[in-house]
Amino acid sequence: MTDRIAFTLNGKPVAPRADPTAPLLDVLRNTLGQTGARYGCGAELCGACMVLVDDVPAYACSREVGTVAGRVVTTVEGLAGHALIRAFLDEQAGQCGYCLSGIIVSAAALLAANPSPTRAEIAAALEPHLCRCGAHPRILRAVAKAAQMLREGAAA
Amino acid sequence: MIANTLPKSLADNPRLDRWLQFRPDGRLRVCVGKVEIGQGIVTALAQIAADELDVPLARIDMLSGDTDEAPDEGNTSGSQSIEIGGASLRMVCAEARAVFLAEAAVLLHCVPEELAVAQGAMLWLGRPTGQSYWTLAPRVSLAREATGAVAAKPRAARAVIGRSVPRLDLPAKLAGGGYVHDMALPGMRHARVLRQPRPGATLAALDEAAIRKAAGGEMEVLRSGDFVAFLADSETVARRAAVAAPAYARWEGVDTLTPAMGEAMWLRGLPADDRALGAPVAAHSGLLKHQASYSRPYVAHAALGPSCAVAWMRDGHLTIWSHVQGVYPLRQSVAGALRLDPASITVHHAHGAGCYGHNAADDAALDAAAIAQRRPGVPVRVLWQREDEFGFEPLGTAMLVRLAASLGPDGRPVDLTTEIWSGPHVGGARAAAALLATRVLPDPPPAPVPNEPSEPNPGAGTRNAVPYYDIPAHRILHHFVARPPVRTSALRGLGALPNVFALECFLDELAVFSKTDPVAYRLSLLADPRARAVVQRAAAMAGWERRGAAGSGTGLGIGFARYKNRSGYAAVVAEVVVEQAVRLTRVWCAADAGLAINPDGVVNQLEGGIVQAASFVLKEQVVLDGAGVASRNWDSYPILRFPEIPEIETVLMDGGDEPPLGVGECTMGPTAAAIGNAVAHALGARIRDMPFTRERIVAALA
Ligand code: FES
Ligand code: FES
Repeated sequence: MTDRIAFTLNGKPVAPRADPTAPLLDVLRNTLGQTGARYGCGAELCGACMVLVDDVPAYACSREVGTVAGRVVTTVEGLAGHALIRAFLDEQAGQCGYCLSGIIVSAAALLAANPSPTRAEIAAALEPHLCRCGAHPRILRAVAKAAQMLREGAAA
Repeated sequence: MIANTLPKSLADNPRLDRWLQFRPDGRLRVCVGKVEIGQGIVTALAQIAADELDVPLARIDMLSGDTDEAPDEGNTSGSQSIEIGGASLRMVCAEARAVFLAEAAVLLHCVPEELAVAQGAMLWLGRPTGQSYWTLAPRVSLAREATGAVAAKPRAARAVIGRSVPRLDLPAKLAGGGYVHDMALPGMRHARVLRQPRPGATLAALDEAAIRKAAGGEMEVLRSGDFVAFLADSETVARRAAVAAPAYARWEGVDTLTPAMGEAMWLRGLPADDRALGAPVAAHSGLLKHQASYSRPYVAHAALGPSCAVAWMRDGHLTIWSHVQGVYPLRQSVAGALRLDPASITVHHAHGAGCYGHNAADDAALDAAAIAQRRPGVPVRVLWQREDEFGFEPLGTAMLVRLAASLGPDGRPVDLTTEIWSGPHVGGARAAAALLATRVLPDPPPAPVPNEPSEPNPGAGTRNAVPYYDIPAHRILHHFVARPPVRTSALRGLGALPNVFALECFLDELAVFSKTDPVAYRLSLLADPRARAVVQRAAAMAGWERRGAAGSGTGLGIGFARYKNRSGYAAVVAEVVVEQAVRLTRVWCAADAGLAINPDGVVNQLEGGIVQAASFVLKEQVVLDGAGVASRNWDSYPILRFPEIPEIETVLMDGGDEPPLGVGECTMGPTAAAIGNAVAHALGARIRDMPFTRERIVAALA
């Protein structure tokens, strides 16, 4: 029942052998060794598994891997150089950190569409994400800071 | 008896080399028993070592939570990591430094007083000597016991403590790794376990063929007694088996729960061990009396990542990687459950998702260990399904708190009775026989009857029940319910949140009786200047004087506590708007944590506590129905979400050189109370039961 499923992951071509109906999350973590997307609920209820598929946030826990054939998938590992990572470190935005990779993925999509989001717009974009540690205030600040860094970088 | 003066962690592990190793590669390894559970403790401990030894942070490697190589500091809980673990490490480092300086003095023919340390190197009268900890290490033995006789540095001499430094663990986590969930070992198999729906239930039938079909791939069904696990090379296959399995398993002897059993009120009808402590009952006839009851239902730790563990049995030795709060206690319970010699088990702490208490980490570790024991040579990774995490983790117990006061002519309480109904908060829930897999493996030991003391301090169900206010007579009546309908264990602050919520809401009610402003009322009862300072500061930050009459739909409320009456102080003011639901708009917090090792980390914890407490008060309740917990995912167990997060302003008071106080829990009770009081102010009517649902808002206004 396994096929080769070719897609682009974090800028590189991959073609894992997988059951096309398996969750993208399992293939990313176990076959491709990219553990940034995390299992939280398996039901599109927490956002821990969020990845970008063609630049749009998608739940990897419910997305069948067969549906990303030929597409571009980005996980938090693919955002290593993004201003968001710097901003999250600067703001020390996180406690246990389990929620962060999904949140950063959604934030990246937000900032691509809206370079100057308000606090309310950031909160709305992160609405699909839960954080049990109450790190929200810092996360909101970190996303705003990343937006500012990107704006200043673009201006410079 | 020097040992008695040492902090507990050090008294239990007095050898210095258990804590510190200057290694030939020029690095310092610091071994600690307290573990990272999202609170930043390991970073704060590294700061303590760096400061006391004058070694750069960048040359320190931390090893935390390891039964082979790190000291046994029990569990990481109750704000004690800094107070006890930190104090121990500081003493260890002070003594090690003195030992090294003494050796350097011999070598350099000088007196230790002429020597100093900078960046790990020894200086004589300010000049380099060519000696460092590492050059001296071969000559100096740390295989000696701490004496407690060496003074730690004075505050003025410290450079790293008290400064905000970045968390050591965050970069790896932002790069996509860092958790036990992410471990991959050669030949590792993925496992899921079929859970016994209720204690005492027995497995009458299991349709393995149907489960195999649903799994859709190579899979092994491992059975031992009523313990059933599904193992596969593919996690997808193991998960599919686990998702399908409950429908193909027939259990007998499953008792049925009802939603009413999930309410705190239900505890009053259950058998209880009744304890009384404090002042004898006094008759204050003729005085104004007031009484009211408050409650919290069962709540979940609900870590964002379900519990996970990896176990591997090799040549008769079992190695476990787990996100438990205590590696040594886990080793003990796994040894008991699997009838192994503890010496044949190693437990390594690995990061998990923040849970702030005793969740299913221990259960998942025993699951993995039980499977690994039966499949020697194969590394086994167990990850719980989200539905199982909600369904089977030990919960934070429901509590009912009834307060009754007699007021003197000046409107201040002269006599107060706190009556508490509570299930267990600690009480042996980590014992081998209390872990889930133990119950279904062959020959289970009898389940222990939980017990815990009713002491005023630190206490469990009675934690923070004694008011930190000047009230002439106070007593506690504690009804300890050993067997509530669900398994319960430690959750952030134990009884402190319900007890502080109750007391602080009750104080506002008394203030109304005496026609006094709630802040002024508190100050009239508070002697401790540090307590008064946080209350005044939080009120000033919030612009308390603008607080108008009750019933406008907008409310301002305050709550205060000193956690455990001896740890961190916090005063919190909440602003709410109440329409259909409660909207928490702003929060101000003033806290005093003594000397804050890592101020930014302290603020992070204070704010995390505020958000989590707000979530408990406004949203959270475990629903019991049918065969146990019915709220099995985030849709039926909602928590606070991003758009609902208030603006939070936090001020850390200058704690001077006061001993560092734990802060992981200290904002929880005050926040719950501040919201309770703000909602009462907004509505002109009080809600006394958590969570503050729409129905309760409507009922309060009726
Ligand atoms: S794991 Fe996908 S949304 Fe929770
Ligand atoms: S930091 Fe722990 S879940 Fe967000």
